Amino acid sequence: MLGTLQRLGRWGLGVFERLGRGHLFLLQTIGCLGVIVMRPRLVIRELHSVGVLSLLIIVVSGTFVGMVLAYQGYITLVRFGAAEALGTAVALSLVRELGPVVTALLFAGRAGSALTAEIGLMKATEQLSGMEMMAVNPMQRVIAPRFWAAFLSMPLLAAIFSAVGVMGGYFVGVGLLGVDGGSYWSQMQASVDFHEDVMNGIIKSVAFGFVAAWIALFEGYDAVPTSEGVSRATTRTVVHTALAVLALDFILTGLMFQ
Amino acid sequence: MVDTRGPAPETLRSRRPDDAKEPLINSVDHNRPLVEIRDLHFSRGSRKIFDGLNIVIPQGGITAIMGPSGTGKTTLLKLIGGQLRPDRGQVLVDGQDVQRLSRAELYRLRMRMGMLFQSGALLTDLSVFENVAFPLREHTRLPERMIRTLVLMKLEAVGLRGARDMMPAELSGGMARRVALARAIALDPVMIMYDEPLTGLDPITLGVIVTLVKRMNDALGVTSIIVSHDVAEIAAISDHIHLISGGKVVESGTPAELETTASEWSRQFMQGLPDGPVPFHYPADAYEQDLLGGA
Repeated sequence: MLGTLQRLGRWGLGVFERLGRGHLFLLQTIGCLGVIVMRPRLVIRELHSVGVLSLLIIVVSGTFVGMVLAYQGYITLVRFGAAEALGTAVALSLVRELGPVVTALLFAGRAGSALTAEIGLMKATEQLSGMEMMAVNPMQRVIAPRFWAAFLSMPLLAAIFSAVGVMGGYFVGVGLLGVDGGSYWSQMQASVDFHEDVMNGIIKSVAFGFVAAWIALFEGYDAVPTSEGVSRATTRTVVHTALAVLALDFILTGLMFQ
Repeated sequence: MVDTRGPAPETLRSRRPDDAKEPLINSVDHNRPLVEIRDLHFSRGSRKIFDGLNIVIPQGGITAIMGPSGTGKTTLLKLIGGQLRPDRGQVLVDGQDVQRLSRAELYRLRMRMGMLFQSGALLTDLSVFENVAFPLREHTRLPERMIRTLVLMKLEAVGLRGARDMMPAELSGGMARRVALARAIALDPVMIMYDEPLTGLDPITLGVIVTLVKRMNDALGVTSIIVSHDVAEIAAISDHIHLISGGKVVESGTPAELETTASEWSRQFMQGLPDGPVPFHYPADAYEQDLLGGA
């Protein structure tokens, strides 16, 4: 009994200690965000590896998600004779919800894990210590540009995801299921509100980008500098980002659409 | 009269802080301590690494810090470089208490230190050339042509000018350390710290690194601090040796003095004897008793 309590206490202390380190890390990162003005090239290079290289998975996934949405939506809508509203159903699902959420989950798997592994390996091979000893602040040189890149990439990737999803929905709905093309676009145009739907989706993806970047970079920076430590940190990045994004999505949705 | 000289060209020191406050640079005074470690205490968890360590490292020359594995030699370099903070005591570098410096002051001090990590710590996404150019690009605003010239000079000094376009993954362990050495001297430091520079090297590469350390020290007039347990090779080039064990300095002196020391422990360490004050056998019950106990 006493042993269980001790273990529970130790676990609790460990969790709070990590939370504290995570928040200190975030504060240090925010303190270095001026790098985007002072050295924009560093941010642009990271935007390529974090954002541009994630494009393929986002485009392919977005297309498939849009196509599946069209199939599922059509089956339900046609029962009520509202097949023309397919464009609205696909667009609202993507813009409000699936675009930001699925993009964040894919981002965690593709770019977040890569960021954690990269930073963790830099730590394990003493590259970060080497920078410190060369009087170069790794928070400014390594962490802040990657934070910016992840933060800026997420809303853009989510927008692309939603756009190709709408196209995928059009292909299935209009091309395969015979929904009228004019209705698909006009219903969508009439029902999707820029402020209520699109802006809220963008706000969500910005929040997810912030959280995903923070978790991925902190896990790498805080990783135990061994191969096993980096491997665990990479796994934690994907799991924690997924859970954080889903929980945050619930909170934001509650606030936005109540 | 018109001044035709124009603005002074930016030099290596152009972004360095307030040169007037930098007393130690290249005028080497061998009697003046560059690093002073006073009553240093440091622990990792419940394990005491240093327990009142005192070391004085004079300016110029090569000082070796030796001791068995796990005695905290690398930790000592990290304490000197301000990467770790001691529990108690002082680490003074050029009279400045490293632990009391602000981050900016510490970085200014580190710009005058070079460090060679055991792994080389090269940036794996940059080529050899870019690795050596890295500190120059970060701390100076030199024109690209001058950076190229300086990098090629540093690489020539370590014999790797021809490897400038290679990536770190393509280098052998010895080559990586030579590139790291070229990078460590890129900003013309006054002090270079070497963390186990000879570990895992073949005899030829080992000879190359030993020669380079000695040559760099003599040519650049720097203070070299080498942490190692490769006794013969390091003793051959060192001016002073400090032997540490149990968190303290157990013996100090020139290599010749330590060869003839009366201390059995030091003699065992310097001559690499398998048995002595540090026993060959890990403490255990009596051998016969142990064997019979299993019957």
